[in-house]
Amino acid sequence: MKNIHILILLILIPIKAFALIEVDITRGNLSPLPVAVSSLSIDKISKKNFEKLLKKKNIGSEISIIVENNLKQTGLFNPLNKDAFLQKPNIAHLKPRFEDWALIKAQALITGKVSLVNEKLRVEFRLWDILAGKEIMALAFTTVPTNWRRVGHIITDKVYERLTGEKGYFDTRIIYVAEEGPKTNRVKKLAIMDQDGFNTKYLTLGNELVLTPRFNPTNQMVTYLSYFRNLPRVYLLDIETGIQEVVGDFPGMTFAPRFSPDGKKIIMSFAMDGNSEIYTMDLENRVVEKITNHPSIDTSPSYSPDGKYICFNSDRSGYQQIYVMKSNGTNVKRISFGKGLYGTPVWSPRGDLIAFTKLHKGKFYIGVMRTDGTGERLLTENFYQEAPSWSPNGRVLVFYRETKTNSNGEGFSAKLWSIDLTGYNERQVKTETDASDPSWSSLLSN
Amino acid sequence: MNVSKIFKNAFLIILASLVLSACATQVKKSSGQMQGDVYTGTDTVKELAKGVSDRVFFATNETVLTTASRDTLRKQAAWLRKNSSINVVLEGHADERGTREYNLALGERRANSAKDYLMTYGISSDRISVISYGKERPIDSGSNPLAWSKNRRSVTVKAN
Repeated sequence: MKNIHILILLILIPIKAFALIEVDITRGNLSPLPVAVSSLSIDKISKKNFEKLLKKKNIGSEISIIVENNLKQTGLFNPLNKDAFLQKPNIAHLKPRFEDWALIKAQALITGKVSLVNEKLRVEFRLWDILAGKEIMALAFTTVPTNWRRVGHIITDKVYERLTGEKGYFDTRIIYVAEEGPKTNRVKKLAIMDQDGFNTKYLTLGNELVLTPRFNPTNQMVTYLSYFRNLPRVYLLDIETGIQEVVGDFPGMTFAPRFSPDGKKIIMSFAMDGNSEIYTMDLENRVVEKITNHPSIDTSPSYSPDGKYICFNSDRSGYQQIYVMKSNGTNVKRISFGKGLYGTPVWSPRGDLIAFTKLHKGKFYIGVMRTDGTGERLLTENFYQEAPSWSPNGRVLVFYRETKTNSNGEGFSAKLWSIDLTGYNERQVKTETDASDPSWSSLLSN
Repeated sequence: MNVSKIFKNAFLIILASLVLSACATQVKKSSGQMQGDVYTGTDTVKELAKGVSDRVFFATNETVLTTASRDTLRKQAAWLRKNSSINVVLEGHADERGTREYNLALGERRANSAKDYLMTYGISSDRISVISYGKERPIDSGSNPLAWSKNRRSVTVKAN
């Protein structure tokens, strides 16, 4: 992506302090860590120039708000009200008076400085451990000014990683299907936005039905289902150029596409004569391989992150259940044995879990199980929800939820929601329109 | 002994009539338009020609044709035999109570089960194409069993 090269110019080596602050993300966190996010200090000239360039009054303050919101969304951090801050941003960034910050119960402090250098946005930030009275991280980087929102996300990723020990998921995007119009004739478009709901772009016009977009984990390509010319087929879309192409030459509907973890293959279903089978197509040499061979419905395939296994959805037992097989189609094993129907299995990027949708007694659940089917855990229950997609660090799931219509056929809505793997921190993900079929990108910068 | 038997029988009869009346009210609730959970009414149904309805309905998660569906399809086959220049598209649909991708496959299977039946009644496969809309094009926007039963359907549409 041409626009978003982040040049990490200077990495001030983090001081290996004995980390006093630790955030445990493996449990629902009932006492989020109080953190003070100081406004990023900015010199007068840079401020003026940014104001002209980006139409934002104080870019330093704006970026700190992005960081605050990101941290708040995790449920792990409690960003403190800036009104209580005693130190000015520029002074705090040089050397905070730890007693002042301890007084307002902050345990961590983020300070920073932003300036315009040779037409580029230069930012540096520091993370301070208030109780230890130490700087625990300092980084600086430059980028094009229009990337200013991403700067906030990258800072959050670094802070999150330093405090939790795991990679963040903030400098990411979500592709989804934007929905409008009556339920009986929905207009659907591909849409993409930053993980926090900003910078929404529509990638199709809504002339044809589009469904189930999914990111290539290695770049900014997308695969999805389009009903272009009323022929439902899997397509490939380059988000940057807008160029699209049909995947393969199948004499019937192809659907349920996903990329292999190395991004080189597409795995999908092909339906013919009432039978859906799973196929792969190599995007380089166009070789098509049939993976399943069974008269039942086989669909919703998803690779394990090492590419060695595939989980998928089949009704070969009579009803929708989740199966795992080797990536060549051998060793098919059913793994879902709980009560109800199971669909949309999707392998965690960490490799240890499979997220799914479950239908039981008229309720829909999003849940996870180990890859052998043990340890099933239901995270959320609702009238209708499905299609979980993992955050790149495997800690959060985004999915969509639909509401019931009343007797007049009114009240229908479709929205994106996210929930932590812990089952806590359920939140609606804001979108401009109704939305479904979310897919979370990998980290844009790394 | 006898008395208790009479009581027992009376109790059973009362119980049975309660159950029956409960059933009756349930059927009434759906206006007698469902058998099991297959739609049997005429709302939303159109005609391809006089007396030839355009659609058949399915039970939840099912692709099996009911007796009524087979009757409808035999009429469609007879009409297609008489009008040999007409080609059709069979549009398979599912209700909203299933995952999107599985429903696409289910819709395809439903349309194909209708196609197979038309073929056994002499209609060439060249004249029939199939498309699945999964749950994307409900005909009834309601979130209730009757609405869902109308949406689990295969609709025969003239292609030319």
